[in-house]
Formats: sequence, structure tokens, C-alpha cells
Amino acid sequence: MLGALFGRRKPALSQAERFAMATQLQLTWWRFKRHKVAMVSLFIVALFYVIALGADFLATTDPHATDARTSYIAPQPIHFFEADGSFSPHVYGLKGVRDPRTFKLVYTVDPSRHVAIDFFAPGYSYTFLGIPTTTHLFALRNPERGDGIFILGTDQLGRDIWSRLMVATRVSLTIGLVGVSISLFLGVLLGGISALYGGIVDTLIQRTIEVIRSMPTIPLWLGLAAALPNDWSVTQVYFSITIIISLLAWTDLARVVRGKFLALREEEFVMAAELAGASTGRIIFRHMLPSFLSHIIAAVSLALPAMIISETSLSFLGLGLRPPAISWGILLQDAQSIQSLALAPWLLAAAVPVILVILAFNFLGDGLRDAADPYG
Amino acid sequence: MITFMVRRLLLGLFTVWLISMLAFAIIQLPPGDFVDSYIANLAAGGATVSADEANAMRKLYGMGQPIYVQYGKWIVRVIAGDLGESMEWRRPVAEVIGDRIWLTLLLSFAALLVTWSLALPIGIYSAVRQYSLADYVFTLVGFIGIAVPNFLLALIILYTAFRYLGMSVGGLFSAEYALAPWTWDKVKDLAWHLPLPALILALSGTAQLIRIMRANLLDELRKPYVVTARAKGLSEMRTVLKYPVRAALNPFASNIAYLFPYLVSGSIIISIVLGLPTVGPLLVRALIAQDVYLGGAIVLLLGVLTVIGTFISDLVLMWVDPRLRHQLD
Amino acid sequence: MVEPILSEPILSVRGLHTSFAAQEGTVRAVDGVSFNVFEGRTLGVVGESGCGKSVTARSILGIVERPGRVTGGEILLRPGDGGAPVDLLKLSPDAMRKVRGREIGLVFQEPMASFSQYYTIGNQIGEGIRLHLGLDAKAARERAIELLDMVGVPQPSRRVDEYPFQLSGGLRQRVMIAMALSCDPRVLIADEPTTALDVTTQAQILDLLRELQEKKGLAIILITHDMGVIAEMAHDVAVMYLGRAVETGPVRDIFRAPRHPYTRALLRSIPTVLAKPRSRLPTIEGSIPHPFNRPQGCAYHPRCVEIIDDQCRTEEPPEAGPETHRIRCFLHGGHKGAVA
Ligand SMILES: Nc1ncnc2c1ncn2[C@@H]1O[C@H](COP(=O)(O)OP(=O)(O)OP(=O)(O)O)[C@@H](O)[C@H]1O
Ligand code: SF4
Ligand SMILES: [Mg+2]
Repeated sequence: MLGALFGRRKPALSQAERFAMATQLQLTWWRFKRHKVAMVSLFIVALFYVIALGADFLATTDPHATDARTSYIAPQPIHFFEADGSFSPHVYGLKGVRDPRTFKLVYTVDPSRHVAIDFFAPGYSYTFLGIPTTTHLFALRNPERGDGIFILGTDQLGRDIWSRLMVATRVSLTIGLVGVSISLFLGVLLGGISALYGGIVDTLIQRTIEVIRSMPTIPLWLGLAAALPNDWSVTQVYFSITIIISLLAWTDLARVVRGKFLALREEEFVMAAELAGASTGRIIFRHMLPSFLSHIIAAVSLALPAMIISETSLSFLGLGLRPPAISWGILLQDAQSIQSLALAPWLLAAAVPVILVILAFNFLGDGLRDAADPYG
Repeated sequence: MITFMVRRLLLGLFTVWLISMLAFAIIQLPPGDFVDSYIANLAAGGATVSADEANAMRKLYGMGQPIYVQYGKWIVRVIAGDLGESMEWRRPVAEVIGDRIWLTLLLSFAALLVTWSLALPIGIYSAVRQYSLADYVFTLVGFIGIAVPNFLLALIILYTAFRYLGMSVGGLFSAEYALAPWTWDKVKDLAWHLPLPALILALSGTAQLIRIMRANLLDELRKPYVVTARAKGLSEMRTVLKYPVRAALNPFASNIAYLFPYLVSGSIIISIVLGLPTVGPLLVRALIAQDVYLGGAIVLLLGVLTVIGTFISDLVLMWVDPRLRHQLD
Repeated sequence: MVEPILSEPILSVRGLHTSFAAQEGTVRAVDGVSFNVFEGRTLGVVGESGCGKSVTARSILGIVERPGRVTGGEILLRPGDGGAPVDLLKLSPDAMRKVRGREIGLVFQEPMASFSQYYTIGNQIGEGIRLHLGLDAKAARERAIELLDMVGVPQPSRRVDEYPFQLSGGLRQRVMIAMALSCDPRVLIADEPTTALDVTTQAQILDLLRELQEKKGLAIILITHDMGVIAEMAHDVAVMYLGRAVETGPVRDIFRAPRHPYTRALLRSIPTVLAKPRSRLPTIEGSIPHPFNRPQGCAYHPRCVEIIDDQCRTEEPPEAGPETHRIRCFLHGGHKGAVA
């Protein structure tokens, strides 16, 4: 039966089946489209993934480059016009001033010096989909040392928050995707097995789920994450963290899958297929799976934000990803103390995408669920 | 009923066992053996340990023996109440943890109460007045509650209070009581400080439970027994409160059981942001500093207490559900 | 079967309309239903699934759920003291609540789902008693025990403290009847009270209903799919099709000489009236149209084997026939051409 579950052979679709499948997803999509908030959320989520893809292109400065002189520079707007009204995008330059009391050199904005901005201009080098390039959306034309486009200000080490935020978006959003994929795999596998076999296997899996659900997850994550060796590379830590998070997150998906499997097994069309002599594999993959695909999509879009919160929380506590990796959690780590927040409130900038994305995913998942199951 | 209880109890014991293994793994995982790092730690502080002493320690902790023997020795000592030494604090773990574990539970329990008392009425209202203005408002607030991770909420509140009210919120005690022994005044001071963190901690769970309650109640409102109750001539209010709400309470109550571990988890993070004297900050520091016995003990204690909490809510659930109560046959 | 003497009806439904406003359009679930219910007599309401039987019952009690609404007609209830009939649709919500359970009791098809599983049956029966008769908890419990005894529940003083899930299906339906009769209503609406039960239990429940009717002079509206049950129980029949009563009259007349083609098809579909009391209606040729696209003209015309001509397809047949036996079909009145 397991062999059947993983489809040793792919049965071809009959015309009628194809139509029945298309209509199920199609129907969901039609109902979904009526849900305005969910549509807007879909757009926002898509936008964020576009940002994730073009993170380096949107960044203006090397997100790892530190410069003591630009420490805690407040957000600098881009000015589009000169005083005479001519169009010439620019930012103000920086100048060093000696503090009259401490005689320390501090850098402040110098509104008299305009540094011009070019679009599609060269900046630090990076690779886009494997192609090395230096082109960015915008960059300074003739920067002096320390000049930069600080749309969201800088942190203590003088790194540009906007650029860091772009790269962090990529990390945080993909970690969610990878994590959900693992959870989804575990959830469908274990939930499906649970429903198909029933009996002792089902009991075992259900008890496991209960056990996991009755443990406080964060201390466990923290413990496991802390046990990762210090000398691991960023990538190793990244994958380990993803796996740790998804190991505890598959339970909800497994419950959804199991419930749907059980309910569907009783449905007429499945019985009809059974009577017509279709094989188990065919029934699962051609009849059952398509009819709850939309439920799975909905469950996934509700699981994603939970993943993102998990990563952000772990990294925020210093036990998730570690610098030099950049993620939303790591950016927010700088905002942990009220002292630095009081000095540089813009350090909280990363909170905005976190909230926005999680909100959008929740609305999206809700809309999808309603559309998939208008009467459930 | 007995079977149900026994099953729950066995499951709880199994969970505790699993957690103890994990806690032990946390103690064992870091490279090198604990005695080495302990000695290195002492040496860094200027003290020395003779080879004999080191060997005695190794023997005490069962090092060099198979891992299950080590686990056995550790668990026996833990059951006897000896949680080991904190490396960083150079004091017994139990002493370091002290009141913090109870404050953690107090905070989680307070958040649980807040969750209950907000989610229940709001959930009922939203379902009965589905698509009303208030329903939309609660739904929106609920979504925001779900979307803002509670550490971020704590951070934002902290900053706002500091920036616009000039207040430093946070902590569970005023400065003069923080280290003082327990007195009536200290309890009052705690009661004064508790609501804000409890509310912050409760928000996302409340938001989720409102949605669960609303959905359940909407389901129940469609059931035939509601029509029966109306057909008896009961008022709408009475009908709803006595029958469908009662039925919707059940899945709600079982969600509460799972809420407790969730709140304990959350309390760790917000404690760090708000500087609360719970085990949260201690745990994170212990883990970062690889103070393994302290970290392991906290994970173990939190796990065990959560399992007990869940078991208690299961018992409550069983007590309120006549179907479970009568499953004697 | 004893034929009680006809008098003024206790309950008279006149031109009842109830519709559900859905996103996709309005469903006219009940679309002009009229019938009379008399003291000590049973009115059987039959028709295929979805024809509006249950909605009619709920409309009478004023408990149609949203988005449904009674949009027209009259429901006249003759008060117990012999005064002028009252239109239930014009009553205030408070006054209407005093009718529910007090004047009109309701029994449902699904005895399991119709009880809450969280309260004892004594609690659920006693509730209406305390509300309408003003008894205290103890007296209500006593009365609940009496009622359970009356409907034939063994060991009533023990059963009263049990939960619905502890009873068998037949007992549950007895308890349901006890609950509906707890305040001595004069009208009992039984919406498919036996569908969920096995044959023997079904017969027992029907016997119980008949017995209670004779003892208390109850007027019963018995909703069913089952022509066998009608033959056994009812004095009068209302045959419903797509929200309308297409034929109403005494059961003898209708069984001896059904007039409406739909009634004839229904009766043809049972081999012998009493041999198979539990048989469901075998499908009549063609399928029931979706409520959204109710056919033009006579709603039954797509399936009618006796269809006359285009008038059936374009015009709605009016109610015709003698005062006690009304029919909506051009075969029996209102046709422009000559009908044999
Ligand atoms: N809550 C509702 N919302 C929308 N439409 C409804 C609702 N309840 C009933 N209807 C509509 O009213 C029509 C009549 O339903 P009703 O329940 O009265 O049928 P019935 O004759 O009792 O059928 P059955 O024999 O299956 O019980 C149905 O076609 C249905 O479309
Ligand atoms: S009116 Fe015409 S179509 Fe309708 S039932 Fe009578 S004969 Fe048939
Ligand atoms: Mg019905």
C-alpha cells in the first residue's frame, strides 16, 4: 500500500477526471477572487517574494560593510528636485563635526552637499540567479567615503538598514518556505498513513502529535538550537534551524490531512471510483488529493507565518541564525535594548515587514480556506 | 472515564520521559565533557582542581560509561531533587532558579485567565452577531493579534511607553521589592505589575481562540437542537447561552489545554524583552553560555510543569463533558 | 379509525409564503400553502425532499432561521378560551414565545441531534415546564417523570437524570414527544418523527402518537415522506410540490380517488398501502427541479404525464375543487379549453 501511496506509476487522466479536478481548483479560485482582502494579501505576499528575489538589486550598499563614521545615522529621504525645481535625485552628504565638549568627531548630515543618485547604476557586486552583476536599482554617482543612501538609517556599525532589510527579507521568507516544505512532507506522509492504515499506526501517530503539542516548543527549540556547534557555517546553521522548526510544526498539517482523508474516503465519488475498480494509488492521487489540494494550500499559507515567527523569534534571542547571516530576527536583535531604541528608533524598521507579511499570509490562508470549504 | 484518565496519565508520563531525554541531550550535546569545561571554567577564575577531584567528579556524573548509564545516574539525581551545579553562577541550579519558575507559571497562568475571559465573550458575540460592525472590528484586531509576534508587541509597547509616556514598563516588581523577601506588599506590587505582561502574552492566543470560538459556535448554531430549544419558547439569549455555547465550549476547552504550553513558550521571549524575572532570560543566557545543567534543568522543569498543566486541563475537560464522564462502559 | 366531528379548525394556514434570500437568488421554499388542522385530527403533509415541509413547520412556529423570512399569508390559531383566532405572524416576539412549546409543540426527525448532549433529559424537558407553567425546579422534575411515564419510558425516575446519548433511538424519540407535550399544547407538529427509527419502533411511536391524540384531543401535523404512514395515521392530507400544496383533502377521498397527477404518481409508487409501511417514495419520472429555476406555469409540468397543453407550461393553475378537497391543476378547473 505504501508503494501505492507514492505512486509507482502515474496513471493517466481520463477526460472526465481532468474536468472534475479542474473544476474543484477552479471553483476555489473563483470563490477566492471574490474575497477582496485575500486578493490584496495575495498581492502583498507576491510582492515580498519579488523583493526576496531581487534583494541585492534593491539594496544600495553592501549589507555587511561597516563604517564607524556612519553609526546611527537617522533615515535620510531621497530628494528629487533641486531648489531651482530641476529634476535631479540626490541625497545629502555627511560631514564630520567636532563635539565642542568632548572633542569627539561625530558625523552629521550636511544639507549643503548634494550627492547625485543614478538609476540602474553600478554598485557592489553580487550574483543574480547565478549571473554576476553590479547593477542596482539606484546608486550614488560620486560618493565620498562614508556617503550612502540611508533610506531607513543605519545601525551602530554604520550598516545601511534598508539594504540589510532587503537581504533579510530573502532569508526570512525562504526559511519559511523550506520549513513548510519539510513540514508539509511530514504532515502529508504521516497524516495520510494515519488515515489509511488506522488501527495501531493511527493511534501511534495521533499520540505522537499530542505529545508534541503538549510540550512547550520554544525551550526545546532553544535547547536544540543552542546545541548547534559554534563553528558551523551560516548555511549549516540555516538548514539545521529550519529542520528544528519544522520537526515540531508538522503536526497541524498532519491533522488537516488525516481529517480530510477520513472524510473523503466516505465521499460518493471515491466510493464510485472504488466500485469502478480504480487502484488505491489512482484513487489517492487522482481523486482524493486534488479534491483537498485547496485545503492543503490553505493550511500551508497558515503554517508559513508561524514558521516565519519561529525563525524571527529564535534569531531575535540570539539562538537562531547567527551573524553574519541577516534575517528579520537578527535585525530586530539590535532593537532589543531600550537604550539603543531610544537612540535610534529606526532600528525597529524590520518590524514592519514582519507584521505585514504575517498579516497578509493569515488573510490569504483564511480566504483560501473559506474558498476551499465554503460550508466548513 | 477511568481509561481516559489512565491513558492521559500514561501519555503525560511518556511526554515527561521524552522531555527528560531532550533535556539530557541538551546537557550532552556540546562538545567536550562537562567536567573539562567545568575545570576550565574554574581555572579561568583562578581556582584549581586536582586530578583526583576531577576523577571523583567524573565518577559522580558517570562519565566514560555508556550513555544510558549516564542518563540513569542523572535522572536518579534529578528525581532526588539534585539538579546539578550551574557553571556560570557556581551555585546549585535549584538555588539559581528559585522563585523564577513559579513566576513563569504565574505569568503563564495569568495570561491563560486573560485569554479565557476575553476570547469567550468576544467569540460568542462575533458568532451571534456575525458580519456586524463589531464582528469585523474584532476580526481585524484578532488578525493583528495573530500577526504581531508577542516579542515584537512587547518591544513596541516598551518603546511607546518610554518615548511618549516617559515610563519604563517592564519587570514584575518595583525596584525596592525585586530582591526583598516575600511580604504582603511585595505580592501587591506583583499584582500591580502582572497585568501588562500577561495581556501582551495573551494577545495572540486570545486572537486565535476568538476565531476558534466563533467558528465552533457558528457551526453549533446551525444544529437541530437549537431549533428544539427555540421551539420550546426560550428567549434567543437563553437559547444561545445554554445550548450552542455550551457545546462550542468543548473544543474551546481542549484548545485551552494546548494553549498552556504555548503560553509558557511565549513567556520566555517576552520576559527577555520586558526584563521579567522568569526563567526565560536565565534559560537563554544558560544556553548561550553553555551552562548545560542550568539549561537542561530549566527545559526539564518547564516541560514537566507544562505536562502537569495540560493534564489538569484535560481533567477539567473530562469533568465538564458528560460524554467523557459516562464512558465507563 | 374513528372520524371525529369536524368543527372550526384550531390552526389555519392561509397562503403562507416563506423565502430564503441567498447570494445566488431567492429561494421561495414555501410558496402559497394553505391547510386547516382540527382538534383530535391528524393532517399528514407529504411531498418529496426539499418541497418545503420543514420550512412550513418552522414558519408556523416563527423559527425560520436567517436568511429565511415569512413573506406573506396568515397563520390563524384559535385560542383555548374560544375567542377569535389570532394571526401568529402579527404577534410580538414575546407573545410568540408564549405560543411556542405552550400552544404548539414540535417533534423532530433526528432524536439524537435534536437534544443537547450536555444536559440531562430531565433538565431539557423541565425547562419548558418552568418557563410556561411557572413550576419550580422540583415540581418540573416531578412533571418530567410523569411525562416520561406517559410516553412509555421505563423507570422514568431513573431515566430523568440520564443524558440523551445514554438512551436508544426509540426511547429518545419518546422523550422528544414527552418534551413537546410537556406544557399540554393543543397542536403537535411532528416533522418526520419516525424516519430515523427501525420498523418496530416506528410502529410503536405512531401508536403512541395516536393514543395521546385520543386521550388529549391533540391536533397533529404529521410531516412525512411515507404514504404508508399517512394511510395509517392521517385524517387529512396536504400533498406538497415545490413549496405549494397541490392537493388537500380528507385522506379517504384522496386515497380512493387522487385528483392531482402528482398525487396519483405518489400513490402509484407504493405497491400496497399497508404492506410496506416504511417504503420511501420511489422516484417519480424526472427529477425535482432546483429551487432556483422553478419551472414556468404549473411547476409540475416537466414531469407530468397528464399534461394538457401549453397552458400548463405558461400559466399557474388556480386552486379549485370542493371546499374540503382543493386541487391545483388545470385538469380540475381553470383550463381555457374543454377538458373531459
Ligand atoms: N437555511 C436555509 N437556507 C437556504 N435555503 C433553505 C434553508 N432551509 C431550507 N431551504 C430551502 O427550502 C427548501 C425546502 O426545504 P425543507 O427543509 O422545508 O424541505 P423538506 O420538504 O422538509 O425536505 P426533507 O424531506 O428533505 O426534509 C429547500 O429546497 C431549500 O432549498
Ligand atoms: S396543471 Fe397540467 S402540468 Fe400541472 S399537474 Fe395539472 S395537468 Fe399536469
Ligand atoms: Mg424536512
